[in-house]
Amino acid sequence: MSSKKVVLRFAADITDQPIIYKLVKDHDLIINILKADINPQKEGTLVVELTGDNTEQGLEYLRQLGVGVQSLTEEIIQNEEKCVSCGACTDICPTGALYMERPDMVVRFNSDRCVVCRLCVKACPMKAMEVRF
Amino acid sequence: MAVEKTYQEINERIKKGQAVVVTAEELVSMVKEKGITRVTSEVDVVTTGTFGPMCSSGAFLSLGHTKPRMKMHKVWLNDVPAYTGIAAVDAFIGATEVPEDDPLNSAYPGEFRYGGGHVIQDLVAHQKVRLKATGYGTDCYPRREIETVITIDDINEAILFNPRNAYQNYNCAVNLSTRIVYTYMGMLKANLGNAHFSTSGQLSPLLKDPTFKTIGVGTRIFLGGGIGYVVWNGTQHFPGINQDDSGNSFGHAGGTLSVLGDLKQMNPRWLVGTSMLGYGATLTVGLGIPIPVLNEEVCRFAAAGDDELYAPIVDYGNAYPNFTPSNLGYVSYGELKSGKIKVNGKEVPTAPVSSYPRAREIAGTLKQWIQKGDFLLGEPVQLLPNADAGIKANTLKG
Repeated sequence: MSSKKVVLRFAADITDQPIIYKLVKDHDLIINILKADINPQKEGTLVVELTGDNTEQGLEYLRQLGVGVQSLTEEIIQNEEKCVSCGACTDICPTGALYMERPDMVVRFNSDRCVVCRLCVKACPMKAMEVRF
Repeated sequence: MAVEKTYQEINERIKKGQAVVVTAEELVSMVKEKGITRVTSEVDVVTTGTFGPMCSSGAFLSLGHTKPRMKMHKVWLNDVPAYTGIAAVDAFIGATEVPEDDPLNSAYPGEFRYGGGHVIQDLVAHQKVRLKATGYGTDCYPRREIETVITIDDINEAILFNPRNAYQNYNCAVNLSTRIVYTYMGMLKANLGNAHFSTSGQLSPLLKDPTFKTIGVGTRIFLGGGIGYVVWNGTQHFPGINQDDSGNSFGHAGGTLSVLGDLKQMNPRWLVGTSMLGYGATLTVGLGIPIPVLNEEVCRFAAAGDDELYAPIVDYGNAYPNFTPSNLGYVSYGELKSGKIKVNGKEVPTAPVSSYPRAREIAGTLKQWIQKGDFLLGEPVQLLPNADAGIKANTLKG
């Protein structure tokens, strides 16, 4: 079983289709939606983590539907030399990837939960959160 | 008879390596277990610590004379302007100064990636720093410009002099408005989306000697990883008592310290250049103060835990910027550190902007220095005004 994080872009004309349902039903994939957005033009963006034996077939199905598929190659890292565990990022992070380990109040980063929204990169006063390509 | 100790007695024990030193955090549980009387007789010194952004910080640099001599009229360090309205080759680099070409908040929220605080950290790290200076030329100081590279080792003096550090207590900042605000307390989400606080609570120096019984002019401290001194009260030293609308007391408020030390013996781990999104550049300062356990009263104050120390909750969406009264209640540091508090009936996630683990490390380091006999207590030559002094804040008209 493999796991893959991808960014999916939907044109307005297919946003009414049960695409996620098909991924689960027809391709037996576990879907973890990390981020979802529909803009005023009704175009959709999804950041999802796909887990299963048929991830490639699932992605091929999406491509044939006209869904833009891009792998999530950027990642955020916590520069532990620079991080002082102030904590200012921990309530800014929307997914809980950055969190406070209590009672020691040390800032930890769980990259599995990160959706690369980059809010922490801007908010970190020590510039300890970095984007890696 | 109640225990009374003197600085001399405690220093004698430190010199012999016999002093009993505990951190303020350790003292809290120790007193709960053994009681004030026993702990007062057992413990000689309590160490405290704090590590947070402290804007009112900076360094006096005496750069050395050029050949021919020069009266520096303008000075830049890595493009950050330093104040030169003092003697010919002396300058003051302030923590919040930014380069003249910084976009500031014109690209809102501004990033303020490099400023005076970062220059200070680079200097302390023995990094090369670009120095540019211009002068208007005088008969005795004819040279008009210089561009060179310096390190802290090349210049004559570098003195960290922070006019306001170690705030006794600080607001818990929230945002009642409907838009995100970018403040010196970090990014505050709209509609009570989060709450930020910035003291180390039960480790915070001035919350542990709230009536200034021991901290005064001449107190020797941990400053920026080296040794420093309290040289005066800080600016905006308002050591009052926090009260709610009904007159209930919620502990001590806004005492501050002016501190000084030789930057050359400090360490970049404890002086960190800091960028507050949408607000500005600053310096995060590590500061720790030893409190001599002179008697039970000093010990009792120093033993206050996070559940007995309170921060006022203040709205930074409207009330704070407009300087209108805001009292959303008080919250204990115990609650703040738990990760959520209640404000106006709503559950609000909390986060600190000062580092508790680093504060703990400072208190621990200071404890080791004293235990080893390297660090003697400085007896204040003058204590600082406390809440009894009735100091009131002036505001600027106009």
